[in-house]
Amino acid sequence: MQINGAQAVLKALEHEGVETVFGMPGGAILPVYDPLIESSIRHILVRHEQGAGHMASGYAHATGKPGVVIVTSGPAATNMVTALLDAMMDSIPMVCITGQVALPAIGTDAFQEADTTGITMAATKHNYLVTKVEDIPQVIHDAFHLATTGRPGPVLVDIPKDLVLPDAVFEWYEPTGHDLPGYNPITEGDPVAIAEAAKLICEAERPVIYSGGGILRSRAAAELLALAEMTQIPVVTTLMNRGGFPDDHELNLGMPGMHGNYTAVMAMQQADLLITLGARFDDRVTGARDQFAPDAKVIHVDIDPAELGKVRFAHIPIAGDAKAIIGEMIKEVAKLGGTDAQPGREAWRQTLSGWQEKYPLVYGEHEAGKLLKPQFVIEKLRDASPDDTIVCSGVGQHQMWAAQYWTFNHPYTWINSGGLGTMGYSVPAAIGAQVGQPDRTVWAVDGDGCFQMTSQELITAAVEGIPVKIAILNNSWLGMVRQWQELFYDERYSETSFGSEIPNYKMWAEAMGCVGFRVDSPEEVEPTIKKANAITDRPVVIDFRTQAEEKVYPMVPAGASNSELLVDPSQRDES
Amino acid sequence: MTHAPEFHTIVVRVENKAGVLARIAGLFSRRGFNIESLAVAPTDDDRFSRITIVVDVTSTSIDQVVKQLDKLVNVLSIRELDSETSVERELMMATVSAPTAEARREILDLVQILDAQVLNVGFDQLMVSLAGSQRRLDDFEALVSRYGIIEIQRTGKIALSELAKVEPAGA
Repeated sequence: MQINGAQAVLKALEHEGVETVFGMPGGAILPVYDPLIESSIRHILVRHEQGAGHMASGYAHATGKPGVVIVTSGPAATNMVTALLDAMMDSIPMVCITGQVALPAIGTDAFQEADTTGITMAATKHNYLVTKVEDIPQVIHDAFHLATTGRPGPVLVDIPKDLVLPDAVFEWYEPTGHDLPGYNPITEGDPVAIAEAAKLICEAERPVIYSGGGILRSRAAAELLALAEMTQIPVVTTLMNRGGFPDDHELNLGMPGMHGNYTAVMAMQQADLLITLGARFDDRVTGARDQFAPDAKVIHVDIDPAELGKVRFAHIPIAGDAKAIIGEMIKEVAKLGGTDAQPGREAWRQTLSGWQEKYPLVYGEHEAGKLLKPQFVIEKLRDASPDDTIVCSGVGQHQMWAAQYWTFNHPYTWINSGGLGTMGYSVPAAIGAQVGQPDRTVWAVDGDGCFQMTSQELITAAVEGIPVKIAILNNSWLGMVRQWQELFYDERYSETSFGSEIPNYKMWAEAMGCVGFRVDSPEEVEPTIKKANAITDRPVVIDFRTQAEEKVYPMVPAGASNSELLVDPSQRDES
Repeated sequence: MTHAPEFHTIVVRVENKAGVLARIAGLFSRRGFNIESLAVAPTDDDRFSRITIVVDVTSTSIDQVVKQLDKLVNVLSIRELDSETSVERELMMATVSAPTAEARREILDLVQILDAQVLNVGFDQLMVSLAGSQRRLDDFEALVSRYGIIEIQRTGKIALSELAKVEPAGA
């Protein structure tokens, strides 16, 4: 069957099982958009290409399927760079198809020409510039393979316009294999190392399971739960693995790191063994590296061999897929006696529960005449929403409060920009998640700074009937930067105030086709959330007016050891 | 503070495709590794190329460089070659000023002593080539520099593993 390049792009996507793409047409990609009219693929027309990228990311988070983006050349491709790097840092499977100027025009500084493969080389797992129309099916097949296997990541396919014009025809074929001689991701772990790890686990007096985003990428939440329950070892869940282990489980110590809770942070600091599963010793977790977990031996499981020993020496490095390796680890621990082979660890348990009792997450009571406590808003939002609500966030204080105060009992319910820290991530990511999980409640907990970066995508959501809900914790400041200025720059607030009454978020939401609310008092919080949760046909935005002075605690100051964690002022010793 | 460079020779087998060299060079520059020399050409199987990179990696473990390289989809294999257990060569071509008969004679003497070759002769210049260890090339360069080097190009080091001297037991 003879087909042209444009038809081949869509046929190849259909062949990969793609149901939804996020994108925006333009000159160079225009021919691909023509056969889209006949295609089974749903296209979500975004208002800015970066939005398409984050939607694809949210979709991938929520469904486990690769997110797919189609945009044009030049500025569309450069607008995608942030979303690609974001997906790269958080290991999100994504395939991005970009238009390119026609092959003879490449290198001539043609209209809307950009060296897209050059620009995105460091922002993708791999990228392709297609040079022959008959390569399209194979390259797209390879792109999906690369994006979804090994350590997942974004793959970009740049297609020159002359390859997708109606006269660029070739004989269609369905690619079956891959000719990628340099790509052989390791999946199964070394059995000898796994057996040694099991031995260390059964010897450790103060072990902690340090679980990261790799648990979710590898769909290993059930295995993690089984390992923790068999060994009765407590688990910390990093920002990227909130939901990967149930928060209401007694073994869950919660989130570690710069704004982790006291027990999670100190448990790692004082551990004699870190069972590291799909985590990468990010600087936001370790604090000052040379003082991080000084007494701990390290078992490190990661599908990316380059992570093993990159930051922290691993006594037992195991490259491979977390799901398979944890499964084998459970078998090895069982061979040694399973639960019965574990040391008493009574003192360790008491230490941990003592910390939990002494240093829970706290915030102050509402003060009359003052604005809302943001933590209170998140608690009300959590309590008034279904247990399996998907929560998205941007980056900053609101992100940390959401990660701290939400109770995540299910995997794939927490979606945020962890590695790159992309402000503006939450609105488009929430839309993508809602597209992927249309029957679930999706809340974006956003900051006012983040909201102003990407909120135009709510027009997309309104037009498409995607009923995402946005809770803006609006303190009229770049809150996290303000917090640092207050604590470390003598309260010199340089360029962080947004002024208080502009914009009018309620009117703005309504102008975009959403339902808009504004909430100033604590009494209005819960009823308004309930109203929002009842709306299922269009997006909702609630402007929660929150107190600017509120800070995220605990906090490890930048560059300090995790042992110097600052707890809430109310919990500090008087001395 | 400057540090004494610590050079490692890495041999990388890659797919012979457009853009592969840029990916490798980009990886080094992104991580702040300085490439001292680089030689690349297709292998006996022209689907693949072999790249010999000499890189200064004082600040980071060579292990991390190798692992990062290995993540590139077009990279098939990577080996670090130790100068103790490998045979290394570099080729140099140089045009040297030889305005007088005496200068020309002296340069030709050096050519003979160091086993170099004359490639081209001009009325007041000589073009010579020399293949050998980096050290020998450095020596030759230093020796002819007093006559005036007009143009010089070195290829960067290439290397192969040393061959076994004894048949391994059980082979």
